[in-house]
Amino acid sequence: MSFQILGIGILTWLTFLPVIGMLFLLLLPKKSADAVRWTSLVVTFLQVVLAALVYVYFSRSLGGINTVAGMQFVEKATWIDIKSVAWFGRVHIDYFMGIDGISGPMVLLTALISFVGIIASWNIEKAVKGYFALYLLLDTGMMGVFVALDFFLFYVFWEVMLLPMYFLIGIWGGPRREYAAIKFFLYTLFGSVLILLAMLALYFSSSVYIDPQTGVFLAAEAGRAMGITPIHSFNLIALMDPTNFTPGSLLAGIGTSSRYIAFIALFIGFAIKVPIFPFHTWLPDAHVEAPTAISVILAGVLLKMGTYGLLRVSIPIFPDAFRAYAIPLAILGVINILYGALAAMAQTDFKKLIAYSSISHMGIVVLGIAAMNTQGVSGAVFQMFNHGTITAMLFLIVGVIYDRAHTRGLNEFGGLANQMPKYTGVMSVAFFAALGLPGLSGFVSEAFSFLGAFAVFQTLTIIAALGIVLTAGYMLWTLQRVFLGTLPEKWKALPDINGRELAALVPLAVIVLFLGIYPSPMLNMMNASVNTLVKFVTPVTAAAALGF
Amino acid sequence: MSVTGSDLLGILAVGIVSVTALIAMLAGVFLKNSARLVMWLGLAGMAGAFAAAWGTYPSAGTAFGGMILAGGYASFFGMLILCAGILTFLLASDYLRKEGVEYPEFYVMVLFAVSGMMLMSAAADLIIVFLGLEIMSVSLYVLAGFMRRREKSIEASLKYFLLGAFATGFLLYGIALIYGTMGTTDLAGIALRFASAPPPSLFWVGAGLLLGGFAFKVGAVPFHMWVPDVYEGSPTPVSGIMSTGGKAAAFAAFLLVFVKSLGGGGAKVQTLLAIFAALSMVTGAVIAIAQKNLKRMLAYSSIAHAGYMLTGLAAANQLGESGVLYYLVAYTFMNIGTFGVISLIEQAEEKRLEFSDYAGLGLRQPFLGIVMSIFLFSLAGIPPLAGFFGKYYVFAAAVDAHMTWLAIVGVLASVVSVYYYLRVVVFMYFHEGPEGAEVISVPLLGSVALLLSAAGVVGIGVFPSSILSLTGWFF
Repeated sequence: MSFQILGIGILTWLTFLPVIGMLFLLLLPKKSADAVRWTSLVVTFLQVVLAALVYVYFSRSLGGINTVAGMQFVEKATWIDIKSVAWFGRVHIDYFMGIDGISGPMVLLTALISFVGIIASWNIEKAVKGYFALYLLLDTGMMGVFVALDFFLFYVFWEVMLLPMYFLIGIWGGPRREYAAIKFFLYTLFGSVLILLAMLALYFSSSVYIDPQTGVFLAAEAGRAMGITPIHSFNLIALMDPTNFTPGSLLAGIGTSSRYIAFIALFIGFAIKVPIFPFHTWLPDAHVEAPTAISVILAGVLLKMGTYGLLRVSIPIFPDAFRAYAIPLAILGVINILYGALAAMAQTDFKKLIAYSSISHMGIVVLGIAAMNTQGVSGAVFQMFNHGTITAMLFLIVGVIYDRAHTRGLNEFGGLANQMPKYTGVMSVAFFAALGLPGLSGFVSEAFSFLGAFAVFQTLTIIAALGIVLTAGYMLWTLQRVFLGTLPEKWKALPDINGRELAALVPLAVIVLFLGIYPSPMLNMMNASVNTLVKFVTPVTAAAALGF
Repeated sequence: MSVTGSDLLGILAVGIVSVTALIAMLAGVFLKNSARLVMWLGLAGMAGAFAAAWGTYPSAGTAFGGMILAGGYASFFGMLILCAGILTFLLASDYLRKEGVEYPEFYVMVLFAVSGMMLMSAAADLIIVFLGLEIMSVSLYVLAGFMRRREKSIEASLKYFLLGAFATGFLLYGIALIYGTMGTTDLAGIALRFASAPPPSLFWVGAGLLLGGFAFKVGAVPFHMWVPDVYEGSPTPVSGIMSTGGKAAAFAAFLLVFVKSLGGGGAKVQTLLAIFAALSMVTGAVIAIAQKNLKRMLAYSSIAHAGYMLTGLAAANQLGESGVLYYLVAYTFMNIGTFGVISLIEQAEEKRLEFSDYAGLGLRQPFLGIVMSIFLFSLAGIPPLAGFFGKYYVFAAAVDAHMTWLAIVGVLASVVSVYYYLRVVVFMYFHEGPEGAEVISVPLLGSVALLLSAAGVVGIGVFPSSILSLTGWFF
């Protein structure tokens, strides 16, 4: 179905509303910092309203993944189309957007985190206009990645997000911001060029039939019967069908070595973003140096783009390669879980600890994806959403204390529970959600992921479960070091959390609590797509052959 | 043979530039303090020539008995080179005044260089290639040494001249051998013979020498030694036109000889080009990292960019060839823009050319900061700017031509290159400027040139089909 406002599709609004807001910001006079802040707040709030509309009108029964008919809110228009050129057959790139149960939760998450991030950015004083303009551009890039269904469009959004992030860390970040910004940029760019190469190889291997009258993609056989000349295509859905490849071309066939190489190239590109060990070293630097709101965005949304890429691009296009590499992928997931947790345990910097805990928690997503059964993938997608909300809270909590004390040293604090009772209350929701306490959203998704994984990789899952213990260990230890014990003399005057900070934290806390008690609203949204994906990627025989 | 009207119409654009150059030269001799006048005269002439090139674009053919191309391909390159010339004029006037060398001869030499470049890119005969090349090179030798009281400028000029003379020798010897084996210097004639029977081995010696000459002019490894010193020593606007217009002309002739006439030259030539391309991309990108001087960094970056463009040539398919043309347009706007910003920041006596001189510039001078960032990000190949699509097309062509290894080398080199482009941005935005740093006043003409270049970089980046639809039918 499609849903339009003023004749323009809702996904376009969702994606480009921030850019419109950015252009408006640039017209505001330089001195009016408050006008800039309020405009950004209104824009991101409208985005949340649109996302809520998407949630309300989202059909729970459509699967999506590999069929256009299963996608919702689809918008399609020709972006670059050169018919007259003799070479190349025809250059055809579509402005093709749509969402299903995998991207739907991510759209909600992006809108929500962007809104919260603006509240958390309120105390930015340096070059306010530039900050919020870049922030809104970043918002557009992130949203675009989750709604694009054309690989080229996906790639452009993927890169568009890079530049504002680089400046936001580099200009408004901490003392080592320059190093962190460049490292982030180079790592991600290295990943994206691998994605670019794989994308090119896919493009030149594809041959897709388009109905010249309606512009709709046809099945290969029907197209051949009608005598249409096939063209190359970036259409992600078309690329998932093995019959849409030119016989004899680089990526045609099933299980060939060049397909495995292309899968690995894509995987590295996405793994850097997740980040999956050993591509994770940019993350602690970037998180620690970035201003609070940007850490929130990084952990809340950007990391999800990596696992989303795996689910949307790598796995459905190369199910054969994925099946061959499921076990190594699961092993990487387990390494992430344990390594992240152990590294977090060793930190004395509050923010760095949260950064490493992100690596650990994203490992659970990877493990769930590797399992590729209904529980595993539901758990993974749900964990992506939950990790987004929970880690956003954790970074906000670090931001609150850093703004007051100007230090993040865990060992310098103690006994804050009495000094800042409200703060401690919000904090405990986030901490207990992060360590997977039943009744909070993190528990549901972690349990699903492990449940799914246990069915496929028993030994590995048992090892991974150690991670839960470790997480509880460092989380509780941190809680003890910061909030319990005796309050050092110098923090006697710390004020409690203020209204603005609560405004950012409370909506997230409510969601974490609500989804912990009643996860169905989110699970229902993704269910049909998860099942479609699992069925598409692992036909029954293959699933049986996977037994560990 | 008599000269007909259609012959003159065919070379209308080149003709206008040459005549303007002659008038400007005389004006410079007979009028006092005529530098400004000559500049405006030259601008008017180039604008007229641009209109002529635009007007003759649809009617592709040859003129002067098949010696020279008219319309189409020649018009496309004419317009591109004229853009480079016009932008150089706009940027040069204030630069020359700042350096105290505002003489009319500068503009006259640029006009002659432009006419040579245009002639070279319109060649249908090896003799015209040579003629255009010499007109261009001699003008550029003089321009490189235009700051005659500056040691580095003289050094640049001398080095360029000596090494350039060698390259010219290569080229001429190559032309002679080709004439000797094929019996003609006419490119169409060579193409016919080449297609009908395998040429004798001596022909390949000639083709190899020709290849070396072209590789020298585009600044590709292993013929790149002159590039850093010459770009660093020349007056900054001259480095700008040398690296863009000069490169465009050389690539135009390169394409005409090796692609249009020899059909890519066969697998061996393509492999050789691919090796040149890979070496250029890697060498340029790696050495550029170590540079402290911005002009020198851009010189190494230009070697890398020559490598990217050679990738399109090595692929020798239509996507690659159109990709090279797109790349040249993109490169012209972004590189002249970058040199333009440098020429504004630069102070007399070669001061303020280091990375550290850009500290805090972005927040102190938002206009310069933003346009410089656009140019640098485009050079780095970040979408949706023009530089990205340029790289995209040539790498896509390489993948399509089963040279995936070359595309991989290319993308890795371009990741490396991001580091040094971003370093400028890092200094501009992430470092605090010195206390009381002077705010440079941006001259009107210079800001017009920078705005036009930035608009070009963004415009053809967002709408790449605008250029591709112009060039699609050439091959």
